[in-house]
Amino acid sequence: MNFAPLFKPGSMAVAGVSLSNDRHPANVIYNKIHLRYPVKVYPVNPKGGIFKRDRVYRGMEEIPGPIDLAVIAVRADLVPETLGQCIRKGAGGAVIISGGFAESGRRDLQERIAAMAREADFPFIGPNCLGIYAPGKFDTFFLPGERLVRPNPGSVGFVSQSGGVLVDQMVKFTEQGLGLSLAVSIGNKALIREIDLLRYLAEDSATKVIAFYVEGFGRNEGRAFVELAAGLSKPVVVLKAGKTAEGSRAVSSHTAALAGDYKVFADVLAQHGIVEARNEFELTCFCESLSHYPRTIDGKVGVITVSGGHGALATDICADLGLQVPRLSEAVKAEIRAGLSANIRDIASLENPVDLTGSSTDEDFEAAVSALGRASEVDCLLLLLLPYSPGISSDLGARLSYVHQQTGKPLVAYVPHVEKYRILIEGFELNNVPVAASIDGAAFMVEAMRRCRPC
Amino acid sequence: MLSSELTNMVDAARKHGWVLEPEALRLLAATGVPVPRFAWAKSKAETLASAAAIGYPVVAKVVSPQVMHKSDVQGVQPGVPDGERLAKVYDRFRGLPGFEGVVVAEMLSGHELIVGAKVDFQFGPVILLGIGGTAVEIYKDTATRMAPLKARDVESMLTCLRGSRLLTGHRGFAAVNIPKLTEMMLAFSNLVMELGDRIESIDLNPVFCSPERCTVADARILLAPQG
Repeated sequence: MNFAPLFKPGSMAVAGVSLSNDRHPANVIYNKIHLRYPVKVYPVNPKGGIFKRDRVYRGMEEIPGPIDLAVIAVRADLVPETLGQCIRKGAGGAVIISGGFAESGRRDLQERIAAMAREADFPFIGPNCLGIYAPGKFDTFFLPGERLVRPNPGSVGFVSQSGGVLVDQMVKFTEQGLGLSLAVSIGNKALIREIDLLRYLAEDSATKVIAFYVEGFGRNEGRAFVELAAGLSKPVVVLKAGKTAEGSRAVSSHTAALAGDYKVFADVLAQHGIVEARNEFELTCFCESLSHYPRTIDGKVGVITVSGGHGALATDICADLGLQVPRLSEAVKAEIRAGLSANIRDIASLENPVDLTGSSTDEDFEAAVSALGRASEVDCLLLLLLPYSPGISSDLGARLSYVHQQTGKPLVAYVPHVEKYRILIEGFELNNVPVAASIDGAAFMVEAMRRCRPC
Repeated sequence: MLSSELTNMVDAARKHGWVLEPEALRLLAATGVPVPRFAWAKSKAETLASAAAIGYPVVAKVVSPQVMHKSDVQGVQPGVPDGERLAKVYDRFRGLPGFEGVVVAEMLSGHELIVGAKVDFQFGPVILLGIGGTAVEIYKDTATRMAPLKARDVESMLTCLRGSRLLTGHRGFAAVNIPKLTEMMLAFSNLVMELGDRIESIDLNPVFCSPERCTVADARILLAPQG
């Protein structure tokens, strides 16, 4: 199946536009595309007429030009007819927003539309979904644009079984300054499932990290999914819901009791190098980190701080996660010390964490990042940057990013996320260094790289 | 490949829903999963003769299609020291429902592990390795991997167990023979893949691992419902 018309449409039709109810989902979708996106869009309603000075088409086949993507937001029992029209029209694909299928007992209706589409080799997303969000291009969400938090174009492809989780995750991604290449809510996934979109996003040049919110896979689908993901060069991150559901059936074997559904899920993902996020915070941190550093580390962390307390907290968090904060060799310590300015050379603590103290300046940070960046004793740097001390300038983010680019070793920074430090944060982020809003977040960003390999 | 005799044996066991222990042990042995020296004795004379051949002390276990959980009916007697005691155990077992004989097996020692398999809805056959013993369901210290296993998977399962140091040598506890354990896991993985959808789950519990060998002491193979 060709997914290009679904995700890169030049023309769209919205079926179900109401002439009397402007809050109808189809109207919301039509309006946003019509007003705000560079895509030609046609309203469709069997009654015809005029809608906001545009002609309403009675059916797909009446539309004069070709249709890449049809958005279907009609009553469930009318979906087969509308889908049939799309197929006869030769449309490229559809998003079926409508609910009223397997989720409310109409598995038969859902199987009918899936069979129609398979027969015609016609791709569709849904039913019972929000559909597609392609930043800057178009979206099929029946949520008014002004109510959404809209991430910028970026490098994370996100596929969610739940539309609600997707929309809410867009808020978290935006707070993190993380952009999306494509987001898809797949709803009942009658035809297009996780594995199909994994395959598509693996080939999509804009996508660097592929993330999923999964409630469950179909029979043996998990096996196909992990086997495909294990062979990809792009990191795959999965957030799973339904971790605690107890098997309702009485189990008569130890193995069945011990290897519960979630235990198997988590272990098998790790076996295949898929990064499991345990909650939305981890999901956001992991996507941020892996979109900058799609690679694996052993997890030997060099911590650089201006506050002993922050260094200690970060070390605790790292230890809890199973990351190491190894002691540094005398040679590395000597090299750091040689680069430090005279007024902190004797007061800085060069154990790991490296505590540059509140008297440090930009140049001291550069010296420490440079020396640790070249030291083989650590494979990742965690920088705790508290921009309160007077020696730190607003240029430090950009300056350290340049140092980091010379050594290539992953660098993750914690900077308090408040508006007045924005230039510091952007100095990192625009130069490909991820910045966390908390110490935990920064540690999770390191952890993402450690988990990104087969266990 | 399983011989047709073994697949027939498994298919014949479907009427009970599970494979009797001596048949399960045969199946394991045939695919290279180490089992103890054992015999399935159908009479008292056979039981005594088997024990003499294996060498005392032995463990005696009841065989009955009606007794899946042998210890629930005191159907397992470890450490039987001689023929006189074994004859008494035989007499007691003979009174249990569905009695079809006795498994007489050599006594094993070492660390107790649990090894298992099940056919998972989402991922198909998966294999489990865990720290065994009576507290197995308390600590739930297990690692699961999708089958078929590679040697690397077994290594990572061991690393992932919280109790991994128990197996790699700790405070006077000898390390188990990791190459033998790996060999056993890979052979078991092959068997699980061969059996495929025939099974629902398999428990090898306990598996005794010592510095010398890893041996399955008891096996329960639950078959998938027919149809």
